[in-house]
Amino acid sequence: MTENDIISPENLVYKKPELMNDTPMHYCPGCSHGVVHKLIAEIIEEMGMEEKTVGVSPVGCAVFAYRYLDIDWQEAAHGRAPALATAIKRLWPDRLVFTYQGDGDLACIGTAETIHALNRGEHIAIIFINNAIYGMTGGQMAPTTLIGQKTSTCPYGRDPELHGYPLNITEIASTLRGTCYVSRQSVDTVGSILKAKKAIRKAFEASMKGLGSSLVEIVSTCNSGWKLSPAEANEWMREKMFKEYVKGDLKDTTNLK
Amino acid sequence: MNNEVTLLKGNEAIAYAAIRCGADAFFGYPITPQSEIIETLSLLKPWETTGMVVVQAESEVASINMVYGGAGAGKRVFTTSSSPGVALMQEGISFMAGSEIPGVIVNVQRGGPGLGTIQPSQSDYFQATRGGGNGDYNVIVLAPNSVQEMADFMDLAFTLAFRYRNPAMILSDGVIGQMMEKVVLPEQKPRRTEEQIRKECPWATIGRTKDRQPNILTSLELKPEIMEARNIHLQEKYATIREKEVRYETINCEDADYLIVAFGSAARISEKSMEIARGKGEKVGLFRPITLWPFPERQLAEIAKGKKGILVAEINAGQMVEDVRLAINGAVPVEHFGRLGGIVPDPQEIVEALETKMMRK
Ligand SMILES: Cc1ncc(C[n+]2csc(CCOP(=O)(O)OP(=O)(O)O)c2C)c(N)n1
Ligand code: SF4
Repeated sequence: MTENDIISPENLVYKKPELMNDTPMHYCPGCSHGVVHKLIAEIIEEMGMEEKTVGVSPVGCAVFAYRYLDIDWQEAAHGRAPALATAIKRLWPDRLVFTYQGDGDLACIGTAETIHALNRGEHIAIIFINNAIYGMTGGQMAPTTLIGQKTSTCPYGRDPELHGYPLNITEIASTLRGTCYVSRQSVDTVGSILKAKKAIRKAFEASMKGLGSSLVEIVSTCNSGWKLSPAEANEWMREKMFKEYVKGDLKDTTNLK
Repeated sequence: MNNEVTLLKGNEAIAYAAIRCGADAFFGYPITPQSEIIETLSLLKPWETTGMVVVQAESEVASINMVYGGAGAGKRVFTTSSSPGVALMQEGISFMAGSEIPGVIVNVQRGGPGLGTIQPSQSDYFQATRGGGNGDYNVIVLAPNSVQEMADFMDLAFTLAFRYRNPAMILSDGVIGQMMEKVVLPEQKPRRTEEQIRKECPWATIGRTKDRQPNILTSLELKPEIMEARNIHLQEKYATIREKEVRYETINCEDADYLIVAFGSAARISEKSMEIARGKGEKVGLFRPITLWPFPERQLAEIAKGKKGILVAEINAGQMVEDVRLAINGAVPVEHFGRLGGIVPDPQEIVEALETKMMRK
């Protein structure tokens, strides 16, 4: 078999989505962010929305999401992405508008913007990366840090007496009347990646059909922040995080496949 | 030409003028003394006529970030608030300056600090003219002194904001917001089409077409050399604004021995003070900065030449007086008169201040 045979169309089994450029990613090896970026790029292409999508990136490790996907982007102040997205979508209703946010961004400093955008039923999709820690600033406690989990600001483990409880904001989102689709997924196995893709696709489609707000949480690894190897981080996530953050659809009133 | 005269509150004039000048959206949170703006907009239902969007946001933090998002997508978007709310917006305004996003903020000032009072004040002058949030930046600041100017400055603020891709602010106060006056509203303009927006705002994030690179609006840059270059670009832009956009008004300044320098409602009151003083035979003139940033420094210095003294009358503890002193640079004596805590001075008090502080009577 020559090289030409290998790259001939009938032998092509996988191709990077066109929207993803070749800029080297700043993410740590093993981090979930990169996989989710790829899924978003694939879905935008599959929906044919390349020229009609506006992304809003957060403050957090994904702040530079705009460097990797060749769509239009706005970079929001810490936690404010849903407010930006609200306005963009209200003013350009035929555009696909999504935010991409970490747990500190979405469930702590931006709690108000998140809950109110979802509760207004803005026709936007929120992609929520929950890695139970502040990755970008070097591993401090997040609102989603597990009880007993060690971080640099709870070095003896999260103690509810001192630090309060993990915040399950996705459960809260599912109780809001403005949301039409709320789901929790992960990207640690091929199967889970396919499920996560389906969920994000549904969220994007629901926003374009004007059915309400959607939130897709991706329970994610931050192996650097957790101080584990990528493989150990996946193990730890399955063992500990999936217990607190149970995967599956929490709400679906969309009637979409 | 539309020359129909109506009687409106300053706050109502903002709402009417915004719709008429083709605004695409309003995002705001109620606060006294400016809640009539969002109330009037809600009553007028512009979404059924011009298609303008009106959203009551969950906070001023959200409002200004909605302005960021909407204006970043090329639309004419504004928010209005009063002092404590505008304090909350400073993060968003700084981000808009850094990302070069044009949007309009109306501040109908009330007294502070803190929750302060719902009575009028001009004590946000520093906050408005020095940037207000973090970083080296400036906001274009227009100070209306009448209901008519509230209406007229709406379109002007949008024009300046988009001309320079910079936030612009209308710095009003509870006096101008609440008082009723005759006003001629601007002609109804259509909202811009997608085609016009694409042409006028090639930077806008409205979906990347194949013929261009992605548009990315961000204030972030980690490489110091690039960040310095960006800051220098901003400073050059501000220098152009200083050069081209200074606006001010002079009344009776030519033959005057003394000048009152005042903006907004204080300037309106000072007009009367000037008349009273002239009635007593004192040659007093009024210099009114209309743009507070850029401040009309060269123009004031020129007009102040040979005068015996300048009284800066403000409804604050002495803020614009600093800009006046910088402009005058010691050439003429400069004194300040102000009332605090929501007290609006009457014209006679300013005359007395002129007499005691300047004329040594
Ligand atoms: C107003 C403000 N406060 C604090 C910070 C510092 N900061 C940057 S990112 C971050 C937390 C990010 O954590 P998360 O949202 O969970 O995203 P991750 O990095 O884990 O992906 C913080 C506190 C900031 N940039 N702005
Ligand atoms: S610090 Fe954590 S979240 Fe950030 S890139 Fe590294 S692994 Fe990912």
